[in-house]
Amino acid sequence: MTDTTAEQHAGAQVPPRDVTSEELMTVSASRLLADNRVVFAGVGAPLVASAMARRLQAPNLTIVLEGGIIGTQLRAGQLPVSTNEMRAGYHASMFTDITDIFLYAQRGFFDYGFLGAAQVDRYGNINTSFIGDSEAPKVRLPGSGGANDIISLCNEIFIVTAHERRRFVDRVDFITSPGYLSGGTSRQDSGLAFGRLTKVVTDLALFDFEPETHRMRLRSLQPGVSVEAVKQATGFPLLLADEIDEFAPPTAYEVQLLRELRGSGAVSA
Amino acid sequence: MTTTVSQARLDLESHERPVVDKRVSAREAVGQVHDRDVLAIGGTLYSRTPMALLFELLRSGRRELTISRSLTCFEADLFFATKTANRLVTSWVGIGLPWGLSPVVRHYVEAGLAEYEEWSHLALGLRFKAGAMGVPFLPTMTMLGSDLARRTQTATVRCPYTDQELLAVPALVPDVTFLHVHRCDIYGNAQIDGYAHMDADMAKASRRVVVSTEEIVETEALIATSDRTILPHFAVDAVVEAPFGAYPHECYGRYEADTRHFDSYVALLREHGPDEGVRLYMEANVLAYDDFAGFLRQVGTERLAELGRAARELTS
Repeated sequence: MTDTTAEQHAGAQVPPRDVTSEELMTVSASRLLADNRVVFAGVGAPLVASAMARRLQAPNLTIVLEGGIIGTQLRAGQLPVSTNEMRAGYHASMFTDITDIFLYAQRGFFDYGFLGAAQVDRYGNINTSFIGDSEAPKVRLPGSGGANDIISLCNEIFIVTAHERRRFVDRVDFITSPGYLSGGTSRQDSGLAFGRLTKVVTDLALFDFEPETHRMRLRSLQPGVSVEAVKQATGFPLLLADEIDEFAPPTAYEVQLLRELRGSGAVSA
Repeated sequence: MTTTVSQARLDLESHERPVVDKRVSAREAVGQVHDRDVLAIGGTLYSRTPMALLFELLRSGRRELTISRSLTCFEADLFFATKTANRLVTSWVGIGLPWGLSPVVRHYVEAGLAEYEEWSHLALGLRFKAGAMGVPFLPTMTMLGSDLARRTQTATVRCPYTDQELLAVPALVPDVTFLHVHRCDIYGNAQIDGYAHMDADMAKASRRVVVSTEEIVETEALIATSDRTILPHFAVDAVVEAPFGAYPHECYGRYEADTRHFDSYVALLREHGPDEGVRLYMEANVLAYDDFAGFLRQVGTERLAELGRAARELTS
């Protein structure tokens, strides 16, 4: 994947062994966001990636959080744990109430919806509700929060998550947040007239969705990762794009910025 | 059976709402709540939770309540494990990622001892908004196609003008709503700073409303910032003065959440398991005191001042 902004800040690239898989994933996620857009970000990697993008290629990226917060700037070293706490609204330009912020999404103001996922399937459906049968669950997970709304109502949706076989399943146990449901036109047929899931970024790879079937499709690999390794970590048959390229590795600047934001210390490279 | 919007309307019409001093103690205020009621809890997750009122309710021995708020923190654990509530209507439950899944909610829900009725964040917000608007449902595009819609048996409607299919989210009319606000006069004109959450809609939807407040102020003191008044006196039934009344949760601009308190709570659960962990927590933090002020004395003025400084620094 070419990335001019990262090259602008180039300097040294960080030796791969010094970058955690979570950092790799977050840096890759931050590169998905273009300038002058509005992103509705979930807490965790999506929010950190959005904060990075604002400090790199997208200074006019407006970050929106489900606490009713618009245009937050976030303070390095004091990132929020929840999207409803004071830290989440640091130097924001507007607060509204929770229901209202989601109604902005329903109206179509939010270019990007950016989510994590406990469990995701080949059609990009997300489960954050139950492991096992919902009537007699093995594990009761925390629930949707705003994820269902973000994936249903934002214009373009990205998912960022660690790539593990137990997360990348053939069919999720429960569709908390609808991707392409059972593929084809089933999402639109359900009444979800707007919104499209376009990218899934992980510590191993980047996926898009095949335009007809809406199956998840491998597009790019993280540096040094093989197609075979992605296959091994994926619980459904892997669909490959005609051309598969490789992400540019994180630059020292990107990693430094990420660690400053997180308050996790300076880059060792 | 929950109250319909028509019943809620008749209920409002059946009584006067005079401009009188509504100050009561927390103990008197929780008398508004009866066994098997639906209680809406203002704030969200660990922001502006009416904790002083919740702790008092947990001391009251109420049973089989349904509790509802958009994101639910560890108060759900306390309500389930003490049998005060057996049903939770929310979109998310936990403290936050660093504290993991709640072993208490897991235990009660997985064993079928309590029910967790899950809605999306917006769908729950629209349920309160429908109640606040006095209409039986609101149409929305959210939650369509998902198993959340299937599991809650939420119906769809067709737009009579465009034929578009929409989800018809039913109004939720709480029997009682508890809120915590920054300031309020004795009549119930209530102001908040910072995040509004879903408080105003919850309260307007509700049959009865109890507001706890960081401070009671003269009505005149509200005038300069009347744009921050989220509820008028006629939508409020009782006012409880409760400084630091959201602790250990945060109150915007006043004090940050006490994450050390969360840490020690989670450590108790890890060491003693869900039921015994909550029992020990309740004993040490809720049952040991006659009122919330007693609990706050144990926390200590130094810690509270520290959380206050952090909040002012973040919001200045």
